[in-house]
Amino acid sequence: MAAPLVLVLLVAVTVRAVLYRSSLAGLISERVEVASPLNAWKRVVEGLALLDLGVSPYSGDVFHETPLVIYLFHFLIDYAELVFMITDMLTAVALYLAIQDYNKVLFKKQKLLIELDKYAPDVAELIRTPMEMHYIPLKVALFYLLNPYTVMSCIAKSTCAINNTVIAFFILATIKGSAFLSAVFLALATYQSLYPLTLFAPALLYLLQRQFIPVKMKSKDFWFYTVQYAGLYLASLVVIVCLSFFLLNSWDFIPSVYGFILSVPDLTPNVGLFWYFFAEMFEHFSLFFVCVFQINVFFYTIPLAVKLKEHPIFFMFVQLAIISIFKSYPTVGDIALYMAFLPLWSHLYRFLRNIFILSCVLIVCSLLFPVLWHLWIYAGSANSNFYYAITLTFNVGQILLISDYFYAFLQREYYLTHGLYLTRKDGTEAMLVLK
Amino acid sequence: MEQAKALLGLLLLVPALAAEPLRDSLREELLLSPLPSGDLAATFQFRTRWDSDLQREGVSHYRLFPKALGQLISKYSVRELHLSLTQGFWRTRSWGQPYLQAPAGAELWVWFQDSVADVDKAWKDLSNILSGIFCASLNFIDSTNTVTPTASFKPLGLANATDHHFLRYAVLPREVVCTENLTPWKKLLPCSSKAGLAVLLKAERLFHSSYHSQAVHIRPICRDGACLTSSWELRQTLTVVFDSFATGQGKKDWSLFKIFSRTLTEACPLASQSKIYVDISSKGQENELLEVTPAPQSVHEASVQGNRRTYAVYDLLDPGLFNVSRSLNVQLKWKRPQDSLDLAAPVLHAQRYVSGYGLQTGEISTLVYNTHPYRAFPVLLLETVPWYLRLYIHTLTIITKGKENKPSYIHYQPAQDRRRPHLLEMLIQLPANSVTKITIQFERALLKWTEYTPDPNHGFYVSPSVLSALVPSIIAMKEEDEELSPLFASLFPSSDGSSYFVRLYTEPLLVNLPTPDFSMPYNVICLTCTVVAVCYGSFYNLLTRTFHVEEPSRGGLAKRLANIIRKMRGVPPL
Repeated sequence: MAAPLVLVLLVAVTVRAVLYRSSLAGLISERVEVASPLNAWKRVVEGLALLDLGVSPYSGDVFHETPLVIYLFHFLIDYAELVFMITDMLTAVALYLAIQDYNKVLFKKQKLLIELDKYAPDVAELIRTPMEMHYIPLKVALFYLLNPYTVMSCIAKSTCAINNTVIAFFILATIKGSAFLSAVFLALATYQSLYPLTLFAPALLYLLQRQFIPVKMKSKDFWFYTVQYAGLYLASLVVIVCLSFFLLNSWDFIPSVYGFILSVPDLTPNVGLFWYFFAEMFEHFSLFFVCVFQINVFFYTIPLAVKLKEHPIFFMFVQLAIISIFKSYPTVGDIALYMAFLPLWSHLYRFLRNIFILSCVLIVCSLLFPVLWHLWIYAGSANSNFYYAITLTFNVGQILLISDYFYAFLQREYYLTHGLYLTRKDGTEAMLVLK
Repeated sequence: MEQAKALLGLLLLVPALAAEPLRDSLREELLLSPLPSGDLAATFQFRTRWDSDLQREGVSHYRLFPKALGQLISKYSVRELHLSLTQGFWRTRSWGQPYLQAPAGAELWVWFQDSVADVDKAWKDLSNILSGIFCASLNFIDSTNTVTPTASFKPLGLANATDHHFLRYAVLPREVVCTENLTPWKKLLPCSSKAGLAVLLKAERLFHSSYHSQAVHIRPICRDGACLTSSWELRQTLTVVFDSFATGQGKKDWSLFKIFSRTLTEACPLASQSKIYVDISSKGQENELLEVTPAPQSVHEASVQGNRRTYAVYDLLDPGLFNVSRSLNVQLKWKRPQDSLDLAAPVLHAQRYVSGYGLQTGEISTLVYNTHPYRAFPVLLLETVPWYLRLYIHTLTIITKGKENKPSYIHYQPAQDRRRPHLLEMLIQLPANSVTKITIQFERALLKWTEYTPDPNHGFYVSPSVLSALVPSIIAMKEEDEELSPLFASLFPSSDGSSYFVRLYTEPLLVNLPTPDFSMPYNVICLTCTVVAVCYGSFYNLLTRTFHVEEPSRGGLAKRLANIIRKMRGVPPL
């Protein structure tokens, strides 16, 4: 089992090593789709240069990394390429192990439900077999490592790769059932980019499920466990933030990192929805719309938690996708993380309604990004609207992809309990509708 | 009888009052210097000196010193004020070292007294008032273009402590200087433009020139040699470079009448000194290259900026001058066509440009030349770059003669978006006979659509970089008494005889930024909100509804209507 993974890792390392040495590296690291103001490598180097000059890196508006990252690279600046390759490998291995474990859990649960006769009798073709589940972890690792988005992110040395590693470790710890490590990694991920805060809900649900604690408002165990997990999370967050304070001896990083994420002052184009919207916004509505747009990430968490109470990992996937669509400075690295989960839901494939069109949209948009960027910035023959239009289409594509997966997931759950071949009262074949 | 006595007493009193030593004095001076390129530079200097302490004494009686500026100094506790308004660029390479250069646009730098508590507020108020006095857009000075240099701008006058927190410096490179700025400047002169040298200041001629720079410098100076008390000095300077080829039909000969379309008939009656200097120093040995008429009353020799120069002097207060003819029209004739190729490059000069293509990144390059044959000297470089060009200090390279040149002092203050500009100050050692190339990369920001200036595709100006240096002179200069030496040589304090102070400004830069489509705000708001609504809608659907088997319905209104009609017609319903 490990051999194919090693092979994938080797291929991924080779691809990255070759690209690092090629002339493409410089080109890719300048791409706005790959490097946002929040995680561009150029800005990390700038932060270190400022530190060397004796200026606080947070006194200007160029550096927005957390103090831990700057200290990490203070020592590892010469091995940056190696660091980014290793983080990518670690992410892949963590995802691989997590999915492997999750599949086992899933299979056991399926067996239990079959034994308990919870499934409808004619759903044999929906039941997942060990055969088809066997290669899923490998596919997830493969999808992450050889996804062009991840590769570009790694070549550009975007620190997004580090955030992804932290989130992958958080998922691994959660799936392995370690509440402590899960809380620590979640705190780290929150500290790094704020938005993973919303992953608290799926992680808690999964851990509760693992402990066989029912999610009931009146249950004492539920509250005890929740408070315990929240306490662990907050405690580690406080420790990390205080540690950062002691590293630089100032609180300057709070407004410079989190204030920067929340108030969106830098309107450099990226693949997200924020930049052009706020460039074109009327000044006195700006604050209102910043709030409206930021709330999108946090807004879906509670309803999703209610709806997907029984399926926390799918919840986590949807939440990751929402983060990567609605975060203020998204890059393709964020998209690569949730896309790595797509093989895990390969059993939903037959229920997806427009996967072909959406894949085409995403691919075409990805190819058009550099083209329209060139036309706007270098050739001068197009204007900002062209690039904006393509980011808009790209985001519509992502949104429809996620809702398509969500729809398919719910549909499959319905079929599993009600039978695959539904009939009407009069015996004719029935249609399934959302009501 | 009593009345007559009183009148007599009054008459006696008047000379007694006048006999009291005057506490203020005015010196005016015009320097005409032919430039190496063949153009002509005219530098007017008007110096009002006032032996009074504006800040301590409640001064209410003003004689020569303009009241508007005097009140400003006492109200805002200004220690030193330097304002210049400039149109055009001094081409150091072809015009030589300027006596007093100013950057294109408006430049203002002010030292406040230590007693000022809120320097930023005083600075803001002061710039607004100056904006009113000089009809200039100085009110556009705010935190985004104001910096506090640590080393480049030392006080020029008397100063005990130099804590740079009391200094503010701003340049508005976009400012256009025209007649409306000249008129209030002329009004500050004691004789206005009615008499004296100021008669020559005709806007129509002054702005028909390649370079026009008017300035106001206020500083405290020593009252006497012992320097126990201080006086205030107001220096109004105006430098114009006339393109003699364009105005003189291809000839380089000029006369006062030709360039100013006026001649001089009298000195300003209030002035204690009123002189015209004409630079007649000739390069090399041939002395008889040019000729000035009328014959100068005296010849003054001085070492200025490391060169020995000869000046023909006309003293307007000398009654002999206007005896021969009623007006003075200084003329200069070249005896032989002078070859303009012999222009020696100034010891220190610099140029700056922006390179790179596209609207994403770019590079600012500054070339600093030291043409001194054997002396190396350090130069202080000050760069102020607006926040929307995001500088990356790690890309800063300084290369001299193919080797990296490490600055011995570097002060960098990174910009904050919409709050303050980048400030970079460096002390760089320039080896003898070398070119130093300083490059730094930047990224162009996309601004909010309301933050662009009108005509955004014209580009954004970046203020010039400032070079301050003590340039070693080639000849030994002798120290001169400031009160006796001509004004043009005495603004910057010289440290010793072997070097002289030079402050140079490079070209301002014009940089394009990416622009959004200014006609799109409503469309963008609608379209982006639609995308968010698509997400909300589909998630809302999936989250709140559940799957159901579609049951045969009774049909909609149309179907029911159709069935009623069918029933009436007697056909089976749908």
